[in-house]
Order: sequence, then structure tokens, then C-alpha cells
Amino acid sequence: MFDIERWQEIFDTIRKNKLRTFLTGLSVASGIFILVILLGFGQGMQNGIEAEFKGDAATSIWVWPGRTTIEYKGLNPGRRIQLKNENFNTIQSYMGDGYEKGSVLYFPRGVKVVYNNDLLVYNVAGTNGDLQTIENEYLSEGRYINEADVRSNAKVAVISNKIRREVFADLDSPLGEYITISGAGFKIVGVFGEYGDDEGEEERIFIPISTAQLAFNGGDNLNNINYLLPDQGSLNETVANTDEFIKEIKTYLNEYHGVAPEDDRAIRVWNPIEEAKRYYGLTGNIKFFFWFVGVCTIIAGVVGVSNIMLIVVKERTREIGIRKALGAKPWGIVGMILQESIFVTAISGFSGLIFSMAILEVVGPNVEIDYVVNPSVNFTVAFTTVLVLVFAGAIAGFFPAWRAASIHTIEALRDE
Amino acid sequence: MIEIKNLHKSYKMGSNSLHVLKGINFSVEEGELVAIMGSSGSGKSTLLNILGMLDGADSGEYNLDNVPIKDLNETKAAQYRNKFLGFVFQSFNLINYKNAMENVALPLYYQKVNRKERQEKSLKYLDQVGLKEWATHLPSELSGGQKQRVAIARAMAAEPKVLLADEPTGALDSKTSYEVMDLIQKINDEGNTILVVTHEPDIAEMCKRIVHLKDGVIVEDKKVEQVRAEQYV
Ligand SMILES: Nc1ncnc2c1ncn2[C@@H]1O[C@H](COP(=O)(O)OP(=O)(O)OP(=O)(O)O)[C@@H](O)[C@H]1O
Ligand SMILES: [Mg+2]
Repeated sequence: MFDIERWQEIFDTIRKNKLRTFLTGLSVASGIFILVILLGFGQGMQNGIEAEFKGDAATSIWVWPGRTTIEYKGLNPGRRIQLKNENFNTIQSYMGDGYEKGSVLYFPRGVKVVYNNDLLVYNVAGTNGDLQTIENEYLSEGRYINEADVRSNAKVAVISNKIRREVFADLDSPLGEYITISGAGFKIVGVFGEYGDDEGEEERIFIPISTAQLAFNGGDNLNNINYLLPDQGSLNETVANTDEFIKEIKTYLNEYHGVAPEDDRAIRVWNPIEEAKRYYGLTGNIKFFFWFVGVCTIIAGVVGVSNIMLIVVKERTREIGIRKALGAKPWGIVGMILQESIFVTAISGFSGLIFSMAILEVVGPNVEIDYVVNPSVNFTVAFTTVLVLVFAGAIAGFFPAWRAASIHTIEALRDE
Repeated sequence: MIEIKNLHKSYKMGSNSLHVLKGINFSVEEGELVAIMGSSGSGKSTLLNILGMLDGADSGEYNLDNVPIKDLNETKAAQYRNKFLGFVFQSFNLINYKNAMENVALPLYYQKVNRKERQEKSLKYLDQVGLKEWATHLPSELSGGQKQRVAIARAMAAEPKVLLADEPTGALDSKTSYEVMDLIQKINDEGNTILVVTHEPDIAEMCKRIVHLKDGVIVEDKKVEQVRAEQYV
């Protein structure tokens, strides 16, 4: 391996057989290149789909009422259900350990939002501070609604980035400005933004739940109850835990509102994790598909490299005979041919690897294709692939080389 | 130098077997220049290949420089070839991507001579065959005679005890043939043992001894008065 004379002999051979070396190298390098790009795009698609679903925190659940559809305990179907503060509080008392965050939403009806005499057409929602985490919102400026606001019925509002852009573009900051909601002045204390593409949810102005109910005749009515549940580590466990929690609160809410246990339309629950599970399954399939394509590419690469090695060694049978007639030992010849082929496949394999990874690195972040975000590839995987190809090439080269080296010299010399 | 007793060789072809050498007894002293003659298919190349350990015999004894050559594996054979033998083939057998000098240097590589010394030596031998100016030319740029002289330089570079030449002039015109024979005679003059397979009587006359093969046995073995090739060059 560290025999300088042999390396010189090998470099001589490589230098004088540029075309052969180039073609061998090219096929190995392009095989690796295609594989890495494929794997990269597989990863990119997975990233893309994940990003698409990042709008709400994955373990959140959303509860809202509908109408009953089944007669129960003497109550007619078609009855409207109204969630109450008491529902939220009871769940907090009895199942407070089951969730990490809990919040409510109340949408006052028929309110008019005015700023500087301009009528604004955004929704107003009463809520508490936990909503930020459940909705997966970030703060651009100021602060979110907090518990003190709720306790003191503060007249404060948090607006979205979109509203700031559309209404307060002239100001450095909308903080401290007042908007009028149905006659009452609310001071803007914060600006939030949504992750993902959920621009639609950026239409809202949040105010404290208590203020919303008091100021706009809400009584103790709620439109929505939302929770963020703990992540249990694995997707399946989290889904199971979520289902359990949903079952418990549904049982309670059905009982409280006189809804038949089998009535699915009265208390509605949406949990993104179920969907998450489905799309993770989907991305799993996509990943598998790309792996499958990748493995096929590797196999094609292995076959290609093996073929080339077979031909190269076959072509050199006579040379092997000459070398043996001049005193080369069979193992020396096999070693030299393998060393050369490993050297060439390794160099070209890693060139292909570096080149393709560089392209992914440079082009990846700028890719603008739907459902493909930042295609990239796991270095270990790509590295292993190169090793596999090099190994396959060595194996494929070994047998004909060994055959050529171990037959009687005269037969190798006769080879035309 | 060479001693063979009752050497047999047959080639198997399917279920048939062709008995080519049917008990050859023969010995060569150091410094001899032997021509092996015989009609086509009489087994001349087969005999020479066995002497050169390029091929194996079926039975019989073979001693080379008092070393019994028997049941050699390819590794051992390679070692002996490198130490004892030089080859010159009818078809030259130069490595086509190596230039003249590198071809001549190749047996030295297998003798583990270092690169610099290899170069010096191969230039020296190329000079002896009159091709020093052609050192950096590829075989494809050389004439048949020049190729054969490179091949002879290569065979000599290893400084073998015995030089085996299978129809070295077979692919050459008569003038070039005499040049090659002149070279071979001069190498023999320095005391090297040489065996030459040939068809041509005039080439055989330039050796010191002629062995006739027919149907796998030696039918004639005579010493001759050597004709010097020099006068024809
Ligand atoms: N590898 C082989 N397989 C089968 N038969 C062979 C093989 N090599 C040689 N023969 C046969 O053995 C016989 C002797 O061959 P050899 O090459 O020794 O003859 P030769 O005397 O050198 O002839 P030429 O003057 O034509 O070179 C021939 O009949 C040939 O067909
Ligand atoms: Mg012959």
C-alpha cells in the first residue's frame, strides 16, 4: 500500500491510459452525483411537506360546538350547543395535568373596528396568553395578551404583522396606538406573526377574553376551547395520548350539554396530529420511494462499475501475461490492478460526492419548487454509498484480475 | 545449464488429447547458442514455453542451473523467470502504452531495482541495441526490427542466465533478421546461454548447434560452424 515504486507504476499507468481512467471515473462520479441529487430532492420534498403543515403546533387540539343530531334525554335534535367559561374551568380543575397550555376564543359579533376614522375589516377575538403557543405564533413587537390583562379586563389589543403592514405602514411602530372597537378604545401592545403559510389567520386582532365578554355582551360564552398537549416522544404515543384526552373532554362536554355520547356533530374536535400522522406516513412513503430509486441507482452504479472493471481487466490480460513473463508475481499483479481501480473509483466517487453536495449546498436553499424545501443529503449516507461503489468495483475487478494472474502465463499471452 | 529428461506434454481439447511432446531428452551447457528447428506444429514453441516456465509439462524432469523445476506455482515460477530467464517473442509483446525505455525497465521493476537505476540500466541496454535515441518512443512508433531490438534489450536488462527467443526474426525481413541475429550473437559472445526457435535454415546456421524436432521427439541434434551475421548487415 505504501510502496512508492508501485504507486509510481500505477500513476504511470493512469497517466498513459487517460481515456480509460476518465471513462471509469466519469461513470462512478456520475452515479454518485445522480444518487446524491435524488436523495437530496427526496429530503427536500419531505422538508417541503413538513413546512406546509407547520401552521399550528402539531400537538394542539381545537374544540368548537355545533348542533345536536340525535335526540337525547328528551331533548330534540338540531339544538345549538354553546360552550361556557365553566366548561373551560372544569376541564382545568379536573384534567389540568393532561395538557400543557389551554386557551379559549370568543368572537364578539357585530363589532366595528376603527382607526383614525377608517373602518378596519379584521376579526376581533378574545383570548388568553396561552393561545400564542397553541397557534404557534411569534412576537414581532411588544407583548402578547397576558394573565394580568385578563384579570383586570384591560383594554389592550395585539395585532398581526399583516395588519401592521396594511394599516400602520406610516408609523415606525403601532405600539401605543389606539384602535376603537365598537366605541371602546384599545391600546395596541403587541404585534404577532404566524409561522408557515397561514396568512389567513393573520387577519385577527386579539383582546383579553374577559374584556371581550364584558364589553360586547358575551356573557360567559365561548366559541372555541383549545389545548396544547404534551409531546410523548413518539408520534404513535402522542396520538394515543391525544385521543385519550379528547375522549375525556368529549365525555364531559357531552354530559354537561346533554348530548348523546354517539353524537359526533354537537361537540367538534380537530386535532392536527391525526393529520400529522397521515402526512408523516406520506413523507415516509416519499422517502421510501426516493430510497428505492436511490438503491436502484446504486445497483446500476455497481453493475456499471463492475462491467467497466471486467472489461478493463480483460483488456489487460495480455499485459498481465507480459508482466508475468518478466517476473511479476500473481498477487503483485492483482494488488496493482486493485490498487489502481480503488484509487480511480475512490477519487472519482468522492469528486462526484463533493460536486453534488456542493450543488445541493449552493442551489438547495434557493430552490423554489412547490413542496420542495432546501434539498439536502445526509453526508454519512452519501459517503457510505461511495464506499459501496468502490468496494463493488474492487470485487468486480478482483475476479478477472485473479483469473488473469493465475492462469498459465502462456494463456494470458495468447489473449488477443 | 538446462537439463530435461523424458519430457511429455499434451493438450486437451474436449475429449481428445493431442500429444505434442513425446519424451524429449536434451541438455544445454552454459554459453551455448542453440537453434530449435522443425516443421510447423512440431512442438517447438511448446518446448520453449515449458523451458521458460510459461507453461507446465505433464511429466519429465527439468533442471535449470541445477535447480529442479517441478510443481511450480505461479508465484515461484514468476520468481524463477525473473531471476533466470529472458524472453523474446515473435510478436514482440511490448506493453503498448509504455515507451521503449519503460518497457526495457519493466523486468527491473520486478527485481525491485529503484527507479533511477532502472532508467540508467534501460538506457544502457537500449544503447547496446542501437536505439538510445528512440528511448521515449512508444512501440507503435517503432518498426518491427526496432520493436524486436527493444524486446531483446528488455530481455537482457534483467541479466538472465538463459535467453529464450521464439522466432525472434519471424516477423522481420531478412536484412532486419540478420541485424537481430547479429545482436543475439554478440550477447552470446559475452557468455550468455541462448535458445532460438526458428524456421529459417540461414538463421539456424548462425547458431552453434541445431536441434531438429519432429512429431514431438528430437530427430537430430548437431553442432554447426557458426555463420556470423555481421557480414550481412
Ligand atoms: N493451447 C493449446 N491448446 C491446444 N493445442 C495447442 C495449444 N498450443 C499448441 N497446440 C498444438 O500443439 C501443437 C504444437 O504447437 P506449437 O505451437 O508448439 O508448434 P510450433 O512447432 O511452435 O509451430 P509453429 O512453427 O507454427 O509455431 C500444434 O499442433 C498446436 O495446434
Ligand atoms: Mg511456434
